[in-house]
Amino acid sequence: MTSYPTRMGDGHAVEMSTDELRCDILAGTEDAADRGRIPALSQEEQDYLLDLFSYPGKIVGVQPGNEVVLTDDGSVNALYGAQSSSGVGVPLSRELAIRVYERAFCMDTMEVGHPDYSFKPVKPIVSLEQQCLESVLSSTIIPIYYGAMPNLALYAKPDGPFGNPADLLPQGKISEARAAQEEAAQALTRDMVYVGRKMAEVGADGFNFDTTASAGDAEFMATLQAVEELAKTTELSIEVGMAAEFVLGMHGQVTYDGVRLAGLYPHEQLKLVEKAGAHLFGPVVNTNTRRSSAWNVSRAVTFVKACSEAASIPIHANVGIGVGGVPMCETPPTSMVTRASVAMVEIARVDGL
Amino acid sequence: MGAGDPFGMPVSHALASGMGGIRTAGDLVARMQLHRKMRLPEAKRYVADRLKVAQSDLSDEVAMRELREELDLGVVTSMVGGAKALAAKARIGRLLDVRVPSVEILKQKIGVS
Repeated sequence: MTSYPTRMGDGHAVEMSTDELRCDILAGTEDAADRGRIPALSQEEQDYLLDLFSYPGKIVGVQPGNEVVLTDDGSVNALYGAQSSSGVGVPLSRELAIRVYERAFCMDTMEVGHPDYSFKPVKPIVSLEQQCLESVLSSTIIPIYYGAMPNLALYAKPDGPFGNPADLLPQGKISEARAAQEEAAQALTRDMVYVGRKMAEVGADGFNFDTTASAGDAEFMATLQAVEELAKTTELSIEVGMAAEFVLGMHGQVTYDGVRLAGLYPHEQLKLVEKAGAHLFGPVVNTNTRRSSAWNVSRAVTFVKACSEAASIPIHANVGIGVGGVPMCETPPTSMVTRASVAMVEIARVDGL
Repeated sequence: MGAGDPFGMPVSHALASGMGGIRTAGDLVARMQLHRKMRLPEAKRYVADRLKVAQSDLSDEVAMRELREELDLGVVTSMVGGAKALAAKARIGRLLDVRVPSVEILKQKIGVS
């Protein structure tokens, strides 16, 4: 029986037969369809994925003419940064690293981001960040974003002044946990709007809220409110990228535009992001490390296809390590990264990655 | 895109499915998505019309290298005398009829409307 070299969701090599690949592709799409209450991939789309995973070449690519726009989430930090940012430690400034990405790696857009990459630590040093962004904008051609993570958890004790829901909830203090998150969310919105306005002042093309809702529904609410304010009052092009496929209900009751935020899947998150006034949406689908890449890619493109079909703004799917069908490991295999890339373009019909 | 080492993540995606940035017309199509919320087919159609080329030319390295030099939009290789940085962005903004915020700031600084 013919078998094909492929990878598990944790990156480890595995061989799978045609039947095993076909079964995993079906199981992946059915899992997404069941959880998201969305259509599963058609037989033709499943066959396309089977061809993709049984193609003998190491890397694959989209059909010429189907190429998409690339935006990134702090990728520049991966050139000069350390292991925690998948960094390769090249001793370059951010300004120089962005020039390398523009001229040598040929990215369509780039982003300036603080090494700590959350809005809270950016606020006290915002003038330094403005200076870096200003320098980058004066020396590059491609559109430049400023990006950071909302990261509501940094506002809870011991890192911040507000109560910590992770401490309060196990004690049964549910109303206190909710109140603490609401207070923290207000502070977060204020900080994000403050930083956004500062970046607009120096001419940023865009502003990226990356890893949105990592601390759950209250963080998503805070971000949507900041998006709404910045979209109304600045020229910034706003991108909202999510942290996970499913908004955690750490609060459970917060709403935006009358919609309860806890439990929303990508195609539902999108509608609120559009309503808030964002220009681009980055859906996330988490990788299951115990399942094959075929299962993960099939599942991810099912969610993202539903999102893409429902969108009126460009969709840039997240396909970094551990999301979008890409294995969860420090050095993602190019064989699986390119297969996830192609599947997102050719099946999910994304506008970018 | 997301997190990952430069070779494994951005470079792999750029080779598999990226438009090619200033090596082609990737930055121009990106601007229409960013500034006008255009989805990909509309953004490509708009840029192709403005450049007076076929949509398939937008990610053709050879065709776009020549056209970018001819229109002086900034090219990927380091070319003496060609438009760079803000000069290239000003020309791109005019070609695409979009406001590029950093170019608008420069205009204010030098008193040009």
